[in-house]
Amino acid sequence: MTALLLLIPVALFLGGLGLVAFLWSLKSGQYDDLEGASRRILHDESLDDEDEEDSQDRPL
Amino acid sequence: MTLSHAQTVLAQDADSWAGQVRRTTGGLEEMEFLVPSMHCGGCMRTIENGLVKVEGIKAARTNLSVRRVAVSWEQGVQTVEGVQAALESLGFDATPFDPRLAMGSEKARSQQLLRAIAISGFAAANVMLLSVSVWAGFFSDMDTITRDLFHWLSALIALPAVVYAGRPFFYSAASALKARRMNMDVPISLAVILASAASLAETIRGAEHVYFDASVTLLFFLLIGRYLDMAMRGRAGEAARNLLALRAIAATKIMADGSRVSVPVDVLRPDDRVFVAPGMRIPADGTVVEGASDVDTSLLSGESVPEQVTQHSQVFAGTLNLSGPLQIVVTAAKDDTVLSEIARLMEAAEQGRAGFVRLADRLSRVYAPVVHILAGSTFLVWLLIGAGWHQALMTAVAVLIITCPCALALAVPVVQVVASGRLLRHGILLKSADGLERMAKVDCVVFDKTGTLTDGTASLVNGDDIRPEDMALAAALGSQSHHPLALAVAKAGAGLAHPELGAVAEVPGFGMEARLDGKTVRLGRREWVGASDVVDHGGPELWLAVADAAPVRFMFKDRLRKDAVEVVAHLQRLGIETRLLSGDRKAAVEHVASQLKISDWRAEARPQEKIECLENLKAQGRTILMVGDGLNDAPALRAAHVSMSPGSAADISQRAADFVFQGDNLGPVADGIWTARRARSLVFQNFGVAFTYNAVAIPLAALGYVTPLIAAVAMSSSSLIVTVNALRLRRSNKDMAKKDEA
Repeated sequence: MTALLLLIPVALFLGGLGLVAFLWSLKSGQYDDLEGASRRILHDESLDDEDEEDSQDRPL
Repeated sequence: MTLSHAQTVLAQDADSWAGQVRRTTGGLEEMEFLVPSMHCGGCMRTIENGLVKVEGIKAARTNLSVRRVAVSWEQGVQTVEGVQAALESLGFDATPFDPRLAMGSEKARSQQLLRAIAISGFAAANVMLLSVSVWAGFFSDMDTITRDLFHWLSALIALPAVVYAGRPFFYSAASALKARRMNMDVPISLAVILASAASLAETIRGAEHVYFDASVTLLFFLLIGRYLDMAMRGRAGEAARNLLALRAIAATKIMADGSRVSVPVDVLRPDDRVFVAPGMRIPADGTVVEGASDVDTSLLSGESVPEQVTQHSQVFAGTLNLSGPLQIVVTAAKDDTVLSEIARLMEAAEQGRAGFVRLADRLSRVYAPVVHILAGSTFLVWLLIGAGWHQALMTAVAVLIITCPCALALAVPVVQVVASGRLLRHGILLKSADGLERMAKVDCVVFDKTGTLTDGTASLVNGDDIRPEDMALAAALGSQSHHPLALAVAKAGAGLAHPELGAVAEVPGFGMEARLDGKTVRLGRREWVGASDVVDHGGPELWLAVADAAPVRFMFKDRLRKDAVEVVAHLQRLGIETRLLSGDRKAAVEHVASQLKISDWRAEARPQEKIECLENLKAQGRTILMVGDGLNDAPALRAAHVSMSPGSAADISQRAADFVFQGDNLGPVADGIWTARRARSLVFQNFGVAFTYNAVAIPLAALGYVTPLIAAVAMSSSSLIVTVNALRLRRSNKDMAKKDEA
């Protein structure tokens, strides 16, 4: 039973970590455009990269 | 559009958008633009990458969900028009989005709900973990000290979570009570608060049963339902707001000194002079003072052939200038404008709609008193038969918990969210939150003709009789114009090799003229090419003349939408009455009606008459779906029980309609009705599940058999069942026609 004294705080801490991560992501606007975000992951360039359009067209 | 912006004096425009542009630190200005044609990841990339390369633009961030892009630029270096022109040169029509339309508070509320969901979800998971251990402990040998420790831990997690996550319900319940009303949130709040308080008391006493898990899971499920409902309303509201923003297209005003300034349409006043470039919508009712052109009035009158305008002609807001630049003076007669008459009619029609109460609201009126009576009488009966107040109270709390409307609160929102998502995938935008419920009851569909049953654009009917060289020549000429008939010719002759033409000129109001091998060629009106003695074929036409040779006639007809016949037949098979109500000429309407086998039709109906016609049908007990696109349909769209309009419709009609559908097909009408009916039957099934659950669980709870374990299992499973049932709407699909007949 003494294991519980360790395990319960650990479980709560990990769950709390997830909760904090969610609240942070919500606050930083990551849920504002769910539809757009699902498309954005397909683009792998940064805006400064001038050659991005060529690299995009190249077959993988 | 771009042309007119180039001619605009840019220096003066900052004032006209004042109040809409947000100034930020560091000399930056920020504004949102609505980009309706943005629809994929590629568009987002093109816009973001394209805009930041423009001089003065610091950052651009697209939001695909709401079809808007937020742009910030250096003050003085770039302007609203400059950004708009940049977007247009990237191939996207853009409208400045008035921030007054953005609903900041709504977004804040939905974020608060999400936070509450997260916290109650966290608490529910952890408290459940502890509770399951306690329940397992009943069957093994958990000692009371460990059990009490677990109860205390549960209290520690659950109580703050209830206080935080329960606020949306508590506030709503409090304001309802203050106004001496009842709503669904009163019994919910009562159940959650009583369950938590009683559990805390039990924990202090070191008793066996606590309900912390029930109160947090309850909140978790209810919050999900609340959030889904809000998300659906939010999406509908967003669609409505985007349409509202579309109207605020800039007008090019001509100042006293002759300079041209781009201003928002709503600042135009009578006697202002306005410039309208070809291809632009006319911003206000007025009189032409300079220039000649053809004006596409199809949205206003349902007439598909453009009207010829010259000096002193009246033109109306919302019509499209096709061929030549126009200068108009805005007319003073404000209350006599076509638009304001339509607005008046719409306002009047609106009143007929107020009586509708959503299903969920009707249910909650019954629900709240029933729950209170059940819990109260349980408490009293247990007291009367001699149980202690403690036992009586705990049993009453169990009744409150078990009757809490988890399944009910999820039953409607989940179905609605799934249904509106399904509609969206089929190109149908739900604009009003109760549109689906209204749609499900429809037993009579009234169609407008031009632009609704037909695709609103003329197409060539005698293409086979015309020699290929004439066709090629006409197509070459036609492709240089905005005129719909010319465009139809260009489309018909697109595959042919076009001859080389020198100096093509558009003669506004008449047609196109060019030189070919030293000869003059013309494509345009019959009088203009000298063919006025030929018999009229009853529809729009264009003539091609090469020098002195006999002119060639191109005849056109407004064609039915591809699937119009099937859709109308399909509706009739479903037992839905179909009617045709048009402002167009009798012969044209009769022809379309006979093609579609619609026996009830009416032609030459004015907006007022359209409303009267709908009122008559209503009086006969019909529930009407109105499908229309023109400005003249807008009042009827509001008067009907529910309404749809195609995406090509006048802005005002799109705003009036409950649904807007995209694409060239009429199929969405049948699809919308089908989805709405299916959604309603799923909602009723879900009510059935919830009712059955209550019928079994309430007696058990009242008799005192419900332990926290049973409550948890019962609540979770009924919520799961309704959710899974709602999700069936996602899969059920493709062969909807077959299913309907089955």
